[in-house]
Amino acid sequence: MIQPADYLDRPFLSVTDLTVAFPTQDGLVRAVDGVSLSLEKGKTLAIVGESGSGKSVTAQAIMGLINRKAAKITGEIWIGGQELIAMPEPDVQALRGDEMAMIFQDPMSSLHPFYRIGDQIVEAIKAHRGIGTKLARRETLEMLRHVGIPAVERRIDAYPHQLSGGMRQRVMIAMALINSPDLLIADEPTTALDVTVQAQIMELIQSLQAEFGTTVILITHDLGIVADVADDVAVMYGGRIVELGPTRVIYDNPEMPYTLGLLSSIPRMDRDPDKRLDPIRGNPPSPIKLPKGCVFQPRCNYFERVPGGRCFTDRPELLESEPEHSVRCHLPHEERQQIANDVLHALTGGPTPL
Amino acid sequence: MTATTSSTSTNGSDILDVSDLRTYFPVKSRGIIPRTVGQVKAVDGIDLTLDAGETLGLVGESGSGKTTAARTILMLVRPTDGKIQIEGQEITHLSPKELVRVRRKAQMIFQDPYNALNPRHTVGGIISAPFKVQGVEPKGGVRNAVLELMERVGLNPEHYNRYPNEFSGGQRQRIGIARAIALRPKLIVCDEPVSALDVSIQAQILNLLGDLQREFGVAYLFVAHDLAVVRQISHRVAVMYLGKIMETASREVIYSAPLHPYTHSLLSAVPIPDPKRQQHRRTRIVLHGDLPSPIDPPSGCVFRTRCFQAQEKCAVEVPPLREISPGHKIACHFPIEAKDLPARVEVEDVVAVEEGQAPAAVTSSNDGPASRPSS
Repeated sequence: MIQPADYLDRPFLSVTDLTVAFPTQDGLVRAVDGVSLSLEKGKTLAIVGESGSGKSVTAQAIMGLINRKAAKITGEIWIGGQELIAMPEPDVQALRGDEMAMIFQDPMSSLHPFYRIGDQIVEAIKAHRGIGTKLARRETLEMLRHVGIPAVERRIDAYPHQLSGGMRQRVMIAMALINSPDLLIADEPTTALDVTVQAQIMELIQSLQAEFGTTVILITHDLGIVADVADDVAVMYGGRIVELGPTRVIYDNPEMPYTLGLLSSIPRMDRDPDKRLDPIRGNPPSPIKLPKGCVFQPRCNYFERVPGGRCFTDRPELLESEPEHSVRCHLPHEERQQIANDVLHALTGGPTPL
Repeated sequence: MTATTSSTSTNGSDILDVSDLRTYFPVKSRGIIPRTVGQVKAVDGIDLTLDAGETLGLVGESGSGKTTAARTILMLVRPTDGKIQIEGQEITHLSPKELVRVRRKAQMIFQDPYNALNPRHTVGGIISAPFKVQGVEPKGGVRNAVLELMERVGLNPEHYNRYPNEFSGGQRQRIGIARAIALRPKLIVCDEPVSALDVSIQAQILNLLGDLQREFGVAYLFVAHDLAVVRQISHRVAVMYLGKIMETASREVIYSAPLHPYTHSLLSAVPIPDPKRQQHRRTRIVLHGDLPSPIDPPSGCVFRTRCFQAQEKCAVEVPPLREISPGHKIACHFPIEAKDLPARVEVEDVVAVEEGQAPAAVTSSNDGPASRPSS
């Protein structure tokens, strides 16, 4: 058991053995199964995965957004010395919007359509701090200007539908940051946006992070936007972390066949477009019916190399492959490195000038 | 085959020839008796051509009019003006009944595979619909043809009697593709066919579309906002902005030697999934703000309000789409080569223009967006 005094040398955010299970007609569905991760203050962690990988549920569990009556949540989530899973619901609510905040993929469904954007942000300030409307409004103006909303004096009284998608995303970022949270979780913040706007929003998040020292968890399916933003990357599949490491290692020396598959699936600007894409075959697994052994085995190209058919029978553990780099795979370390080398070389053919 | 005008027979695009296509939507005033107070020029005079077995990528941001253009080309939306010829046949004046016959040659694949399939019809029913609508009786019967199609697009033929809700997004898109290729059309308009899919599935579908093209020689008009996806599948690319084509050329030219400032901006915004390469990119162009409203587009060049090359001339004169080398057309007064681009370009907001100021292009070395001057 972890003693309360341990938090002094604990990283800012630490999640241990987080499991979120929903009871359904088909039995208990583990959307997240034994996720452990930690993050130092001011750093950025990217959680990458396809639909059904459990990345969003992990984020919602950290934010305390999962209805405790509807799901069974076990494990520990420590943020700055406080454990959240055992914490009473009202206390979590007090933290949310204050010490931790979240931005979502679709700003339209997260902003209230009937209220002016300024009033919504003012309310977020007043809910957590005992300051007057006038002061809160002045702070709101400043924050809206800060996130790059033009003509703020006019826009502060706009309704969400009067703004474009990029502007709405900025409003949501302003609202998330208004109480200077220590932790910001961004769930697919740019998926619904155009490339040019996506680049604006990612730059905005980065510069605000540098300014306020915010710790950021970025949830995404896009390995592209993660590359120059994240310090660490966690790749999730079937409710589990399958590979975890510093960003550079994940791109240069990925060892999990799933990560390799993701990298070779994306059409990229730095590869020969006349070469066929090399996608992962099949479909992501349904959390209702996960394979018995390795969750990725049915789509893996390399399970035959593991002796004794262990991929069919044993769930691999997430084990340290090198310092700071963990992989969930039965293949031996050297063989994984060899495979990665071959695949990555075939992918981009070594360095190409851009 | 009858060519309606003499000019079309001179250029050799055998599958699709779109000239000066315009699609305007009326803007109505509020009140009991709505009056038309303006127009949204969703598509404002575009020319496109497509040869057999070729893929033309049509890229642009949301609001650029690319989807409206795609729908208009198949007459799902009536054009305001312009000509659309499919295999030499002018289709803008055809009656709905006559259009049914055209759809045998030209089909569409939609973005959202959840809404494009009737949930009450079985997969077999959905894929056999084209045969029934067109009154085509394939050799060996419709059912066999459908089973063959299912197999060809990677669906299990045993699922003939299942309903769309039993399939994942990628499989539904395969159903849509099977339906589109059922009658071996000459042209398929693909409207963002992979943008709603997971990355691993996206690659499978792109490969499938490529294989089908090589097999049947079908031409694709491929509408997408993802430049990396378009690069993977297209032979030629047209870049759209606010209803107009800004630049069009072969894939090689668009991606390695573009000249339009807008194309440069789009390309520099595409992330590369490799931290080292991403950090060593030569140019980063940051466009602030969004597309101007198509109800009231900027005078002159529509892109000038977000353009780092904009000068006085751009506000006065509409740049024509001119051919600067064979197959490479560009609508810009001040084209620029990639090697002449500065390391970082910041373009000030549209609002500056909205409020009566000249477009200001700020060129600086390392300004974060948060520290730029507020308007």
